[in-house]
Amino acid sequence: MTRVLPDPSVVKEELIKKYPPKVAKKRGKAIVVNDPEKIPQVQANIRTIPGIITQRGCSYAGCKGVVLGPTRDIVNLVHGPIGCSFYAWLTRRNQTRPDGPEDKNYMTYCFSTDMQEEHVVFGGEKKLKQAIQEAYDLFHPKAIGIFSTCPVGLIGDDVHAVAKEMREKLGDCNIFGFSCEGYKGVSQSAGHHIANNQVFKHVVGLDDSDKGGKFKINMLGEYNIGGDAFEIERLLEKCGITMVASFSGNSTVNQFENSHTADLNVVMCHRSINYMAEMMETKYGIPWMKVNFIGAESTAKSLRRIARYFEDDELMARVEEVIAEEMPAVSSTIEEIHPKTKGKLAMLFVGGSRAHHYQELFGELGMETLSAGYEFGHRDDYEGRDVIPSIKVDADSKNIEELKVTADPEKYRPRKSEEDLERLKSEGLDIRDYEGMMPDMKKGSLVIDDISHYESEKLIELYKPDIFCAGIKEKYVVQKMGVPLKQLHSYDYGGPYAGFTGAINFYKDIDRMVNSRVWKLIQAPWEENGVELEANYVTQ
Amino acid sequence: MLLRHTKKEVMERQALTVNPAKTCQPIGAMYAALGIHGCLPHSHGSQGCCSYHRSTLTRHYKEPVMAATSSFTEGSSVFGGQANLVTAINNIFTVYEPDLIAVHSTCLSETIGDDLQQIVTKAKDDGKIPEGKQVIYAPTPSFVGSHVTGYANMVAAMAEQFAENTGKELDQINIVAGWMEPADMREIKRIAKELGAEIRLFPDTSDVLDAPQTGKHVFYPKGGISIPALESTGDSKSSIALGCFSGEPGAVALDKKCKVPFKTDDIPIGLRATDRFLMRLGKAAGAKIPESITDERGRLVDLMTDMEQYFHGKKVALFGDPDDLIPLAEFLVDLDMKPVHIVSGTPGRRFEKRMRDILSESVPDANIKNGPQADMYLLHQWIKNEPVDLLIGNTYGKYIARDEDIPFVRYGFPILDRVGHSYFPSVGYMGGLRLAEKILGVLMDRQDRDAPEESFELVM
Repeated sequence: MTRVLPDPSVVKEELIKKYPPKVAKKRGKAIVVNDPEKIPQVQANIRTIPGIITQRGCSYAGCKGVVLGPTRDIVNLVHGPIGCSFYAWLTRRNQTRPDGPEDKNYMTYCFSTDMQEEHVVFGGEKKLKQAIQEAYDLFHPKAIGIFSTCPVGLIGDDVHAVAKEMREKLGDCNIFGFSCEGYKGVSQSAGHHIANNQVFKHVVGLDDSDKGGKFKINMLGEYNIGGDAFEIERLLEKCGITMVASFSGNSTVNQFENSHTADLNVVMCHRSINYMAEMMETKYGIPWMKVNFIGAESTAKSLRRIARYFEDDELMARVEEVIAEEMPAVSSTIEEIHPKTKGKLAMLFVGGSRAHHYQELFGELGMETLSAGYEFGHRDDYEGRDVIPSIKVDADSKNIEELKVTADPEKYRPRKSEEDLERLKSEGLDIRDYEGMMPDMKKGSLVIDDISHYESEKLIELYKPDIFCAGIKEKYVVQKMGVPLKQLHSYDYGGPYAGFTGAINFYKDIDRMVNSRVWKLIQAPWEENGVELEANYVTQ
Repeated sequence: MLLRHTKKEVMERQALTVNPAKTCQPIGAMYAALGIHGCLPHSHGSQGCCSYHRSTLTRHYKEPVMAATSSFTEGSSVFGGQANLVTAINNIFTVYEPDLIAVHSTCLSETIGDDLQQIVTKAKDDGKIPEGKQVIYAPTPSFVGSHVTGYANMVAAMAEQFAENTGKELDQINIVAGWMEPADMREIKRIAKELGAEIRLFPDTSDVLDAPQTGKHVFYPKGGISIPALESTGDSKSSIALGCFSGEPGAVALDKKCKVPFKTDDIPIGLRATDRFLMRLGKAAGAKIPESITDERGRLVDLMTDMEQYFHGKKVALFGDPDDLIPLAEFLVDLDMKPVHIVSGTPGRRFEKRMRDILSESVPDANIKNGPQADMYLLHQWIKNEPVDLLIGNTYGKYIARDEDIPFVRYGFPILDRVGHSYFPSVGYMGGLRLAEKILGVLMDRQDRDAPEESFELVM
């Protein structure tokens, strides 16, 4: 059955018709009809309009929740009123696997200074110091991160000075602060950048020890939701590739400290961690490369590209062996499911890379992505890194610190010469590049940044997709409309979806969702045909 | 072990909270506001607050939770959030068309001193509030009290900003609902109907956060107290506030503004709190307690007598919100159980006093703490020092329950990993039956699991 889909430019007009003129004008720039041959400009990383219901969260969520949350042996102390720490407590499903029962793992704990009115009035530094002391006395962690919430910046508490003072006082605990107040930037994205900066400044490069391994990489921007990192670790290990550090799924502080000893950084979530990749290249000489372990084909491609980078025949052969071992299970699952999912329509509005990556998996199921967009992406995540020089720096991005990084006089060691890198690039290995989502999307698909609730509902009404991918806030709204929603932040508490095993999990979940019987049971029988009434005439 | 760093030795803390038994005010205000029909809650602060609150409420209810935000940036934090809120009000009425917007503040807007009343007045003066539409507001600074306080503040704002005393008394009783589930609010209305008592229950989240699957998303579901009904609360004969922490401030506000006298009772959880509520409502409405209700009571007492041996002497640890824990502890005592450890992050002196009274005979030396550092970390330490047979609290308790191998009943907010709380009441005698059944279920499952083969019982 082929469905007749509405004209995307008409849809676009429908989406913004109801808005007040100023809002319509602004939202219009964030909604574009894609042309992969001639990528149009999309407005991104721009303030959400007050009152227009958004998916977005705040800088704190990006910093504490996303980037630092998954590291198990750091005490993440939130300086502020209780809520911020409470809401980020275990809600992101970052799995972690400590080495043994004695290994540190604070991820199940929630730490807060529980700031009260008196601290807002008279300052909270004293309480913060005391809280750090108490956390140290109780837990003796290797590191404590302090996360500033909105009031902290406004009342002028200097978390960095407190961190320094307590670091010196305690001696054996690395303490550092994050100025990730919720009002910074325009979304979680600002918090990612702030997190990258501070981890780079305070942690990376502290441990020079050689932990061995022939092909050493760091995995950047993989947060081990639902065990994704475990699957990737399994594959890398099978191939003989050593993962020095993961930023930050299933990670430890020591991995970060030692990460500069790796020879390649591979980047999963470009949005949240590209800063780290760039800074590490400048300071330590480690090149970076975008990879994608979402989708079986992409996984195979990413493994091959890592092998290509190392230019080692044995590794390349091993990678091919692994792919050959893994692919049959994938193919047989696709074979079984494809007839049931082929031609179905998907929409993805999530994150800063997932809305791109997951299109691969839908493609493998023969499904079409009609429309997609990011919650907190930037233009380069849509249009590719080529546009970076042309992105205007506005007031909201200006207040996020750009670290000035230079080559480390002792530790800078270029892993490949510029000539080698150029040669690899000319052979098709796109080092230091990310082409973005739009080149991979069909002509006429709708790309929508920071989609509003109103636009989501309209879009579903107009296109009637078979599945919609977003987060928890959208989940039950969309499902109330009779369309299944796949959460791509939490995976609906399933997964993993990365790698080969993950792809199989995803195929099965999508098959289950788009073909579930329940969607056909929504209407009560009497709503369809009415109740047949017995004709009882009462005659007098 | 999931909470492997929790040590038995209790160290006095002054500044650090670990694993809180509370969250912040605005989420309570958002929840309460959803109990007015046609209302869009609005969070005046950074967009993260709104996102977190919507996410948490959504995970708890598995329902759409719609709310908007002022989306503060650094600029608005420096220059004030007035422009953001006025813009938001205009956009919301244009795009989402609610009958009213219920604005609550956040730590951010409170710290910079935004005055909601002044901003709403400005929006009105600028013509941003269409004819017949309304905007109410409640200050909910996150650095004071807890989520319970925020709920109470929004409920008080409803009374203050809607109730009208026209001078003509109506034959109706207000019931100011403390923080309860939609199922509980539905049950309170059912009980009142059984009594034939005309009530105005507010807020009322039934038919809002337990909406049916119809294939359509109804942005403003059919539930929630209507604005005319809310306005009429000022003409009611009297008010009954359920819960001195979450319900009473609304009744106080009504009394202050419209001179509607009030009495405060516990949320009717368990046998005796329900008894008191019925006596109070019967008296206030001049209604007799019908046989059907007496039968319900009888059924609860019947279960309590029949299964007494399984409850008797069992030690319980509790955490959660004061208005739940007070009547719950009383019910547990009536079941001959022993609540030995109790924490609530919500501050307020009345909590410990009530608890001590309730436990004075059966557990005079119970560990009770509320307010700062009354957290789940402390509760866990107490449990390590004096083990319990049962843990009752929100979903976060599952980590303690698993580590210590304790039967666990989910009760309170938030429940993120089970369903039922929004559909089946915990209040009234029927709610008592459900609670008792849940408690029995976990205790008896435990007995079955641990029994030696020769004493594995068929009949229990």
